Amino acid sequence: MGKIEWAMWANEQALAAGLILLTGGIVGVSGQFRGWQFAAYAIAAGAFVCLLEYPRSKRAKGTSVERPGQYCFTVCVKAFGPLTRNYYVRAFLHAAICVPGGFMLATVLGCVCLGIASLIYFGAAVRGEHWEPILPRKDVRKPEDSTRKPPQNPPPRPPPDVRRKNVNDLEAAAYDNPFSTTADE
Amino acid sequence: MGNWIINNGFTSFMLVVWMGINIFLFVWFYLFYDLGDQFFYTRHLLGSALAWARAPAAVLNFNCLLILLPVCRNLLSLIRGNFVCCSRTMRKQMDKNLSFHKLVAYMIALMTAVHMIAHLLNVEWYNNSRQGVYDELSTALSNLADTDNTTYLNPIRTTDLDPQQIPTYFVFTTIAGLTGVIITLALILIITSSMEVIRRSYFEVFWYTHHLFIIFFAGLVFHGAGRIVRSQTTTDPPHNATFCKDRIQDWGRIPQCPVPQFAGGFPQTWMWVIGPMILYICERLLRLIRYMQHVTYRKIVMRPSKVLELQLVKSGFKMEVGQYVFLNCPSISQLEWHPFTMTSAPEEDFFSVHIRSAGDWTDKLIDIMKNLPEGAQGPKMGVDGPFGTASEDVFDYEVGMLVGAGIGVTPFASILKSIWYKCIVNIFSSVCLVQIYFYWLCRETYAFEWFVDLLQGLEREMEERGLGDFLTYKLFLTGWDQNFISLFSLFCLISSQDTDVITGLKQKTQYGRPMWDKEFEQVRKENPTSVVGTFLCGPAALATVLEKKCAKYSDMDPRKTKFYFNKENF
Repeated sequence: MGKIEWAMWANEQALAAGLILLTGGIVGVSGQFRGWQFAAYAIAAGAFVCLLEYPRSKRAKGTSVERPGQYCFTVCVKAFGPLTRNYYVRAFLHAAICVPGGFMLATVLGCVCLGIASLIYFGAAVRGEHWEPILPRKDVRKPEDSTRKPPQNPPPRPPPDVRRKNVNDLEAAAYDNPFSTTADE
Repeated sequence: MGNWIINNGFTSFMLVVWMGINIFLFVWFYLFYDLGDQFFYTRHLLGSALAWARAPAAVLNFNCLLILLPVCRNLLSLIRGNFVCCSRTMRKQMDKNLSFHKLVAYMIALMTAVHMIAHLLNVEWYNNSRQGVYDELSTALSNLADTDNTTYLNPIRTTDLDPQQIPTYFVFTTIAGLTGVIITLALILIITSSMEVIRRSYFEVFWYTHHLFIIFFAGLVFHGAGRIVRSQTTTDPPHNATFCKDRIQDWGRIPQCPVPQFAGGFPQTWMWVIGPMILYICERLLRLIRYMQHVTYRKIVMRPSKVLELQLVKSGFKMEVGQYVFLNCPSISQLEWHPFTMTSAPEEDFFSVHIRSAGDWTDKLIDIMKNLPEGAQGPKMGVDGPFGTASEDVFDYEVGMLVGAGIGVTPFASILKSIWYKCIVNIFSSVCLVQIYFYWLCRETYAFEWFVDLLQGLEREMEERGLGDFLTYKLFLTGWDQNFISLFSLFCLISSQDTDVITGLKQKTQYGRPMWDKEFEQVRKENPTSVVGTFLCGPAALATVLEKKCAKYSDMDPRKTKFYFNKENF
């Protein structure tokens, strides 16, 4: 099982928080709740958190499982370099994003969830974890040895141990057929 | 289609029943709150959001009742053991307990979302009514309890705060609101930490977070105690809402329209969940008792490739083939229980487990055992079990097709051993199983030397007793590469022995994955009239393949070959 990577859970939690924030925001705006401006903010914040958290990080050890179709998100998130790589940044970012959600009821749950995600991310950051993109493995094909060294003998070739060893020593190198051959009669 | 019914009919039937009850509850309670006269005034304030909040609540009650049942492993084991008379199909349902647990959990998550959104609207609209935003009737209804001799309808009594903050204040100061927020949070944490990726890779996170269910159920029981959903009570003389709703000024002045009185609904959730909660507490108590019972070590053997074999003795312990136990070693962790399949046969006077080094817990255990002085007893070990899985039914079929993948051979070790014992004591007649096909797929055999040992012994025994054709087993090596195979095929040619070069067994190892069509065809040809039980312990992808093949090769004709699919759970 190995060492626990808390960021994996933080990621699930943050994604869920993003969705909850988004849902709360949609309810708040469409119901024209008091202070629906906060709900409008929650829609934007929720969508942003979802986009940021959708691409899962590579695991330090073992196989990483991608979310379906996360590749293009991975590329976008990777483009921000250390900002998205560092989990301290994420922890503070989520902590900051979640604050305005506390001003109206519809977004309170999303706010608290995101706060929890931020705490877990902070824990992960303290333990030295960081985000690493899952990129498709590029199979670097090594050129086959056989193509670099073309065969020295023309076919048909004898087994390796009776092959000629030294070109200079023609006498020893001469190929001696071990089987007796007779012409068909 | 017919084949599909044979294999999945009962499961689907159960799911249809479950879904049917859910839909019935939803519709029933929706209509109850949407049409009931006693909710006329409540509906005037809340609209259809009232029914949309109450209908999911009923479905939630039902599913919270169900969610604890599939995880009571001792209870399931009891049902399994005591109802042997039940058909195989009935008992097979017990193996899908965790899938059902997940399904119920998804339903709870969905219904929680609907319930919550509806209540967000309810609170907002109650607050609006209280602020006098809506029509005269809404304001009058909301103001009810402000004067003497009236009961309130609108649970929001505060007006002296910033109107935008009243909903939040209301939710965090009422029983229903506060417990609702807490249990929803607990539910969200439980769900996010039980995603496949967390559960498989960081089991501890999943395991400990799942215990938030205690908070969840505690909150759930008290959730309805605030009696916030209020309905009109019958007054004398009765207050007819349809007549009086336009005569607010006359309320309490004319005899037809007394001031309407309201009361909260009786909390029901606790009645739904109390039974399963008690069952679950019994389950945990039983686990505790099992944990306290004394277990002695008969033998501790270090096998090659970091495999530890523990032979344990516990009084009153009775097992069946292919069952598993949960082990708890308090010197490693007080709380962690880990499942291990037993590799001994019921005929033996001990039970054994083979533990492969696979993570922190197993590594620590192996370390402790390695450092034990000669002849000493091992550390205290708690044993919970045994628990039944599909493979104990193997003797119920005429023909067994056992498929083990990788470490998944362990339950079959027990089965094969048991057969071996039955051979020795010649009580073969009592076993209705007549033919066994055993397929072992693995990447490399060196981690399973102990199993090869067992197979070799079994093979010898069979040979001596002239039962060679009773067991057909095939080994499939899937993790080979080109160098390996050329090397070994060369050896095969040279040594020309009749045993396999890799395993030393009579059966030749085959390379690559098995062609299941060929195997099923063969089994069907050799057993044209039998009922075949297919047992898998391995990955889900393989299960899907085998399930399809089972359906494909089963015959609707009751006299011909039929395949039943069974799967072990991990």
